[in-house]
Amino acid sequence: MSTPARPQSLADLEALVAALKARGIVTEEELAARQAQTDRAGPEVGARMVARAWTDPAYRALLLQDGAAAAEAMGVSMAGAPPLGVLEDTAGRHHVIVCTLCSCYPRAVLGYPPHWYKSFAYRARVVREPRAVLAEWGTTLPDSVEVRVVDSTADYRWMVLPLRPAGTEGWSEDQLMALVTRDVLVGVALPVPPRAAAAE
Amino acid sequence: MTDTPVPRFAPGTRVTVRDDWPERRGPCHIRTPHYLRGRPGTVQRVLGAFANPEDLAFGRPAPKRVLYHVLFEQPPLFGEGRSGDDVLVEVFEHWLDPASERQAA
Repeated sequence: MSTPARPQSLADLEALVAALKARGIVTEEELAARQAQTDRAGPEVGARMVARAWTDPAYRALLLQDGAAAAEAMGVSMAGAPPLGVLEDTAGRHHVIVCTLCSCYPRAVLGYPPHWYKSFAYRARVVREPRAVLAEWGTTLPDSVEVRVVDSTADYRWMVLPLRPAGTEGWSEDQLMALVTRDVLVGVALPVPPRAAAAE
Repeated sequence: MTDTPVPRFAPGTRVTVRDDWPERRGPCHIRTPHYLRGRPGTVQRVLGAFANPEDLAFGRPAPKRVLYHVLFEQPPLFGEGRSGDDVLVEVFEHWLDPASERQAA
């Protein structure tokens, strides 16, 4: 999907970086540290935050109050990152995240957004007919559950804290983490309960 | 910088998004989706104050503006969907009017 970098783009980038270094605005070490941080960021970071929230009430409270602080508590550097908000699913409400204007995504804790998240189709449709979009992915919500679409339009980035599936009592953080995929953290999927997972 | 503005709207306040289309007047960068223009909603939360992206995008001095989480009921928004579903959006204060002003107009 993404366009390969053109030689001219790379030359421009090198010139820009050289100019920034010459002015003392960035150092090679800072660039390397940021690159390493970007490489480390992935959905498993968000998944661990969710798994911990499911097992640790104090951490859950922190996560819902200040997602960035909760990420920092996991060792994720949020310096320079937008504030992170976490929205809690309940028995009666399910959250789905979209950025209709562009592709705002909580990269610090989920890494790069998937291609579909940036597609015109997802952005235009999920805000208007979320149930239809979710159903196409095999996520059918009961009628008793209201859908709240969260349009990430400005300075926050958003992540979903899904409901902990029944039948996972006594599970370890690592076991719980495995249920929390990237799609679950965006809200287009639900954590697969153990019985269904076992049947697969 | 301690020029943090005081929020004009408290959580629970009914507001209307301004029915304004700056993109028709020239180059701009706005973070208010078109589907919300002129629509009523309810302030859910004050998210803080952030440099105005409409200035930031053009390298102009960008005073801080209060940002809200505003809740919009889904079926009236698109004329379809399930009652009870809604859309939660970050909207800057200068895009919001008290709902009563609009209703009286």
